Amino acid sequence: MSKNQLSGSQILLKALSDQGVDVVFGYPGGAVLPIYDELFKQNKIRHILVRQEGGAVHAAEGYARSTGKVGVVLVTSGPGATNAVTGLLDAMMDSVPLVCICGQVPTHLIGNDAFQEADTTGITRPCTKHNYLAKDVDQLARQIHEAFHVAKSGRPGPVVIDLPKDVMMAQADYLPPAKVKHKSYNPPVKGDLGKIREAVKIMAAAKKPLIYAGGGVINSGTAASQLLTQLVQTTDFPCTLTLMGLGALPASDKHFLGMVGMHGTYESNMAMHDCDVMVCIGARFDDRVTGRIDAFAPNSTKIHIDIDPSSINKNVRVDLGIVGDVGHVLEDMIKLWKSGQNRADEKAMKSWWKTIDKWRERKSLSYDREASIIKPQYAIERLYELTKKRDEVYITTEVGQHQMWAAQHFHFDRPSRWMTSGGLGTMGYGLPSAMGVQIAHPKALVVDIAGEASILMNIQEMSTLVQYNLPVKVFILNNQYMGMVRQWQELLHGGRYSESYMEALPDFVKLAEAFGGVGLRATKKEHLDDVINEMVACDRPVIVDIAVDPKENCYPMIPSGAAHNEMIFGPGDDADTSVSDEGMVLV
Amino acid sequence: MTPIAEIENAHTMSVLVDNEPGVLARVIGLFSGRGYNIESLTVAEVNMEDNLSRITIVTSGTPMVIEQIKAQLERLVPVHGVNDLTVEGPHVERELALVKVRGSGEKRVESLRIADIFRARTVDSTNDSFVFEIVGDTGKLDAFIELMVPLGLIDVSRTGVAAIARGTTVLDHD
Ligand SMILES: Cc1cc2nc3c(=O)[nH]c(=O)nc-3n(C[C@H](O)[C@H](O)[C@H](O)COP(=O)(O)OP(=O)(O)OC[C@H]3O[C@@H](n4cnc5c(N)ncnc54)[C@H](O)[C@@H]3O)c2cc1C
Ligand SMILES: Cc1ncc(C[n+]2csc(CCOP(=O)(O)OP(=O)(O)O)c2C)c(N)n1
Ligand SMILES: [Mg+2]
Repeated sequence: MSKNQLSGSQILLKALSDQGVDVVFGYPGGAVLPIYDELFKQNKIRHILVRQEGGAVHAAEGYARSTGKVGVVLVTSGPGATNAVTGLLDAMMDSVPLVCICGQVPTHLIGNDAFQEADTTGITRPCTKHNYLAKDVDQLARQIHEAFHVAKSGRPGPVVIDLPKDVMMAQADYLPPAKVKHKSYNPPVKGDLGKIREAVKIMAAAKKPLIYAGGGVINSGTAASQLLTQLVQTTDFPCTLTLMGLGALPASDKHFLGMVGMHGTYESNMAMHDCDVMVCIGARFDDRVTGRIDAFAPNSTKIHIDIDPSSINKNVRVDLGIVGDVGHVLEDMIKLWKSGQNRADEKAMKSWWKTIDKWRERKSLSYDREASIIKPQYAIERLYELTKKRDEVYITTEVGQHQMWAAQHFHFDRPSRWMTSGGLGTMGYGLPSAMGVQIAHPKALVVDIAGEASILMNIQEMSTLVQYNLPVKVFILNNQYMGMVRQWQELLHGGRYSESYMEALPDFVKLAEAFGGVGLRATKKEHLDDVINEMVACDRPVIVDIAVDPKENCYPMIPSGAAHNEMIFGPGDDADTSVSDEGMVLV
Repeated sequence: MTPIAEIENAHTMSVLVDNEPGVLARVIGLFSGRGYNIESLTVAEVNMEDNLSRITIVTSGTPMVIEQIKAQLERLVPVHGVNDLTVEGPHVERELALVKVRGSGEKRVESLRIADIFRARTVDSTNDSFVFEIVGDTGKLDAFIELMVPLGLIDVSRTGVAAIARGTTVLDHD
């Protein structure tokens, strides 16, 4: 044994630090004590003690999505690891780069139903991009470096390292992160130039084009969002964004049609239905976006840019698939567009924009602004208006109606300012995620737009906020219902509100105070602005309880199993709101 | 008439993987988790030096599903390459079966006669049983086994398909 050898725990911390990690979200337990002992002895890496492992994973997601870095989680074996599972799948669905270190029972006990043993690699296999059981301390450093490479390259995702306690204590030489060239894993970056040329040709011939961009643009980095904006402005094409893509094109850009999909704008969905050329950039034709597949953009030629070949032709057959990183492909695409002096048919574009402007006149996001009660949309609008002048504002959400209203009424002019659980739709995501964002951006205003049901799923993290003095703001649109569930029951199940009313809600003001934070409440429209201003000015964690209209529904909406041109608009709209039998089974 | 896009065809895929713990579970988990069919699956180490195994999978699906299966397999970190032999060109498929038949008298003689026609070898025999070893493509094995049913077939063990491209073509190593 050479005297330069390190223990497994020391190797872990050294590898993390060499990977540029400065913060780890975690929770201790028997199987990770040697790591915690090493953490104690150093001060390079900051450890944030959450209150439940699920909170650690969402916090790491918020951290990762708002910085573009890999989020790191440390949990113990058994229940520690299983508590992390929801967050891992959440990160998998939304392409968030994470590395999660799980303690494991010592190698000689694996398989014996030892105390706090779980088959962590077995459980997490389908909800991670990759996982390792690190049985050999000599391989540990390499595996950790590889884990970071896998997590952040290609389509990003979560990677688990299951680390038995005896391996943490065994000795080995440390291996620095040499340029990892994996034997089999080498995701592409550049797109095929011939195909990009072909795409430009199709785009130049379009009469009713549409750019449909998504989370992949955000994943690709800030430059990709700038390139998208450049492409949109050079081509003069209209552009819609998915829930995950909000901010990739400034909401204030005149080419932006609003969000697409189930709760997207009328103009976005009509443009998607009627377009003759669709350029999908880093989006994945999710069923929330496509609606009924056989009626999806029936007359369009579809181009799809995605770094993951399995995203192409998964749900929707496309005419031209380009595998590559959004940033790289857009760079080539813009170059080719400009050098070929391509211009879309001026007359056709003029008439296309005229049609779109007609759809815009429908004002599909309007609501009753005169109501005396606080409408949830109004609350978000005021939050936006009163904070839009600030430099750094980050919004996270929970899951439900409030999430959709936030997507519709808060406007993002920059990427990575919006963190939401899209693919898995995990209630309880918003508060811990905001915590991770605030750690990464201590000076920023970070607001979790929440529902009163969702917030109770990870409310314990209030305690973490107080411990680390993280001034996260929890903005609860309290409608006393699991609003999204109630809305579906109203539309699909004859108004039988089975178990969707939130009985015995806590007093959120007192709850905030009990945790050591600040509680505020608004029950009247005329007090709303004051409460928001007070919240923003406060330098401590705040919960704001806003009493909103309990019966408000989220519109517009494409009912399950319907097509884009079959949207419903809510009260005052006499369209047919009935749902087909096929639609009833969809979620 | 069923449109071409909806016709399900059998495809033989050859998957080169790192021979490491859990790799087979990843492949099988992918198929079960995403609802793909596995008609047969074989796996064994094929390259000791680089520590590689080859998994041969016979699956079936519409063209879009087959394309997904290939892309999904290629997404797995320890997978080096996936070849869809059915679309890539001429290839050879072989499978081995051990077939146990119990009987006496006329049936026993008849089973031996058919085994001979199929070039099956007798690898075990007792006074009232035979075990035949037969090698061939899946169709040949199916035919042989079917003929053995009325002659006292009591047990079958099959390896599943192993496959390789014809000619000098080498399957994807990367
Ligand atoms: C209650 C609720 C309602 C919802 N309603 C809607 C709705 O109305 N509208 C809506 O849009 N969504 C809605 N969603 C979200 C929806 O479920 C999906 O999460 C979302 O539509 C997926 O977004 P995306 O297509 O941008 O893909 P993402 O999940 O962000 O995936 C990104 C894609 O880009 C690719 N990619 C990643 N990195 C790169 C790169 N560097 N270069 C190239 N490609 C890359 C990935 O391979 C992937 O295919 C809703 C969710 C909930 C919970
Ligand atoms: C963990 C989890 N369980 C259940 C659901 C299903 N679900 C989706 S929205 C919702 C209600 C959310 O209620 P609330 O947080 O009050 O938000 P609102 O819709 O009222 O704005 C439920 C139960 C989910 N998305 N996540
Ligand atoms: Mg609610």
